[in-house]
Amino acid sequence: MAVTLVEPELKPASAQGRKPSLRRRVAHLPIYVVLIIGGVIFAAPFAWLISASFQTSGDIFSWPPKWIPENPTFDGYISFFTETNAAQWFLNSTFVAGSVTFLQLFFNSLAAFVFAKRKFPGRDIIFILVLATMMVPPQVTMIPNYLILQHFPLFGGNDLLGQGGHGMLDSYWGLILPGAVSAFGIFLLRQFMMGIPDELLDAARIDGASEFKVYLRIMLPLSRPVLAATAIFTFMSAWEDFLWPLIILSDESKFTAPLGLAMFVQKNQTDWGLLLAGSVIATLPMVIIFIIFQRQFIQGIAMSGLKG
Amino acid sequence: MRSSAAPRIRQNSVWFRVRKEKSAYLFLAPGLIIFSLFTVFALLFAFYLTFHEWSIIEPEKPFVGFDNYARLAGDETFLRSVLNTFYFTGASVPLGMIIGLGLALLLNQAIRARGLFRAIFFLPQVTPFVVVAIIWKWLYNGDFGLINYYLLEAGIIREPLLWLSDQNLAMPAVVLMSVWASVGFSMVIYLAGLQGVPEELHEAAKVDGANAFQRFFNVTIPQLAPTTLFLAVMGVIGSLQVFTQIFIMTRGGPVERTTTMVYYIYQAAFKFFDMGYASTLAFALFAITLVFTIIQLRINRKVTD
Repeated sequence: MAVTLVEPELKPASAQGRKPSLRRRVAHLPIYVVLIIGGVIFAAPFAWLISASFQTSGDIFSWPPKWIPENPTFDGYISFFTETNAAQWFLNSTFVAGSVTFLQLFFNSLAAFVFAKRKFPGRDIIFILVLATMMVPPQVTMIPNYLILQHFPLFGGNDLLGQGGHGMLDSYWGLILPGAVSAFGIFLLRQFMMGIPDELLDAARIDGASEFKVYLRIMLPLSRPVLAATAIFTFMSAWEDFLWPLIILSDESKFTAPLGLAMFVQKNQTDWGLLLAGSVIATLPMVIIFIIFQRQFIQGIAMSGLKG
Repeated sequence: MRSSAAPRIRQNSVWFRVRKEKSAYLFLAPGLIIFSLFTVFALLFAFYLTFHEWSIIEPEKPFVGFDNYARLAGDETFLRSVLNTFYFTGASVPLGMIIGLGLALLLNQAIRARGLFRAIFFLPQVTPFVVVAIIWKWLYNGDFGLINYYLLEAGIIREPLLWLSDQNLAMPAVVLMSVWASVGFSMVIYLAGLQGVPEELHEAAKVDGANAFQRFFNVTIPQLAPTTLFLAVMGVIGSLQVFTQIFIMTRGGPVERTTTMVYYIYQAAFKFFDMGYASTLAFALFAITLVFTIIQLRINRKVTD
C-alpha cells in the first residue's frame, strides 16, 4: 500500500513517558538547519559590530576580517566620549524621548477617555478628523511645521509676530512639542478603553468623584496594559527618530544620539573605531528596554496589528 | 415660576449639552490644541505653500498658481525618484513578508530555543535604524566589507563588488538591508496571526484527507489574510517613505539611482530651500500613498468576498 497522507495519531510526549519520537525529531532537523542559518545571518552583523568596536583601527580593516579582537582596546569608546559630544547626545535623546512619551501618554489618554466614554456635541466629527489625519504622511506636515516653529512667537528671539529670531528651531521645544500627541495613540487607547465597563466609572461618579479623579483613579489603572505597550513604542520610536531632528537641529550640543552618529559619518568617514563603539552604545539602551519589556512589546505589536 | 416645559427644551439644545459636558472639552483641549496647530493647520499651510514660490532666503513669496504642479510633470528627477521608490517598495515589501511568514511557520512548531530564535530575528527591529544603516554601510564596503570577503571566499564573485557605488547594485543593496531590518516585524505579526488559526480547521482538513501542502494553501493562507493585508498596507506606506538608510548609505547616489521620494523632498526643502516645490512633492507622495492604500483595500474586498 502506498504511504497514507493521514499521519498516525501522535500522543503528547508526556503521555508516552518518553522523549518525542525519533521520527518527529528527525522531521524537525531541516527546520533547525534553516533556523540556524537564518540566525547566523541575523546575529553575525551584531557580533561583528561588537567585536570590531574593541579592535584597533588597523585590525578593523584587516583582511581576512578578525572576529576575535587580537589586541582588545577601549580606544573607540574612549574617543567616542572624549572627541564628540556623545554623553550630551544620549542625555538629549533620553530627555526628548522621555518627554514625548510622558506627554503623549497624558494627552492621548485624556482624549481617548473622552472619545470612548463621553457623549458630547461634535465628538464623532472631531474623532473622524483625528483618524483621517493618520493617512497623511509626516513629510507633508514636516515642511510647514518647520516654518511654524521658525516663526513661533516669543521663542528663540522672536517678537510677538514671530519675526527676528529662530523660534523653536534648534531647541528641545521643537523636538518635543509637535510629537506630544498622536492620532494613532489616541485610536489605540480608545479601542481598549471602550472595553472597560461603564458601571465601574459610574460607581465612582455616584460616590462624588470628579471626572478627573475617575480618569486618574479608575481609567488609567485599568488601562495599564495598553499604556505600557504604547509607552514602549513611543519611547523607542522617539529615541530613534531621525528625519525631524535632522531638519530642525544645527547646534551639535543639542543633537540626539542617532543624529550625532549620522552626522559623524558625514563629517569624517575614517574613524570607524569610534563610530562602531558609538553604534554599540546607541543600541544598548534599546536592547535593554526590549529585554526587560519583551512581553509588553510583543503584546503591543499584536495589539496594534491585529485588533486595529 | 418656570413652566414645566422649559427645562426639557433647554436640555435638548446643543448649547445646554455643551455646557453639561464641559469637562469633556477640557480633557480634549491640550491634545487638540497641539493637533490643530501641527497637523490640521500644518496641512492647510502645506497646501497653501504648493501655490507659492516660497524660498526661506528670499523675502518675496509670490503666488504662482499651478506652476509647481506643472513643474512636477516635467521634472526628470521627480519621475526617477518615483520609480526608485516603487522599485524599493515592490522588492522589499513582498520579500520581507514572505521571509517573515516562513520564519513564523518554522517558529510555530514545537521546537527548542524558540524564544532565542525569535529574539535574534527581532534584534534588528530594536536596533536604532541609524545604527543598522551604519553597520550595513560597513558590511557593503568595497575594500574591506565582510560581504565581499565571504562572497570571494565562497567563490561566488571574482572581484570585490562596489555595492553602494555601482549603479545597478546600489538599490538592491538598500533593499537587502531593509528586508533584513524589517523581517522581525513581519515574523512577530505572522506568529500572532498563526496563534489565531483555529486548530479544528486543520483537524477537519486532515480528516478530509488534505496533505500538509493543501492544508497550508487552503487553511493557513486564507486564515492569515487579515494579517497579510495589515502587513502589506503598513509595509507599503512605510516603504514609500524610505529615507534614513538612503541618507546614511548612499546619499541618493550613484547618479540618482537611490534618490527616493522622501530624499528628494528633503533635498528640495532643506538643500535648496524651495519650500513651495518641496510641499508639492510631498503632496504627490500623499496622493501615491492614498492610491496604493485604496487598491490594497479593494483587492482585499475582492479576495474575502
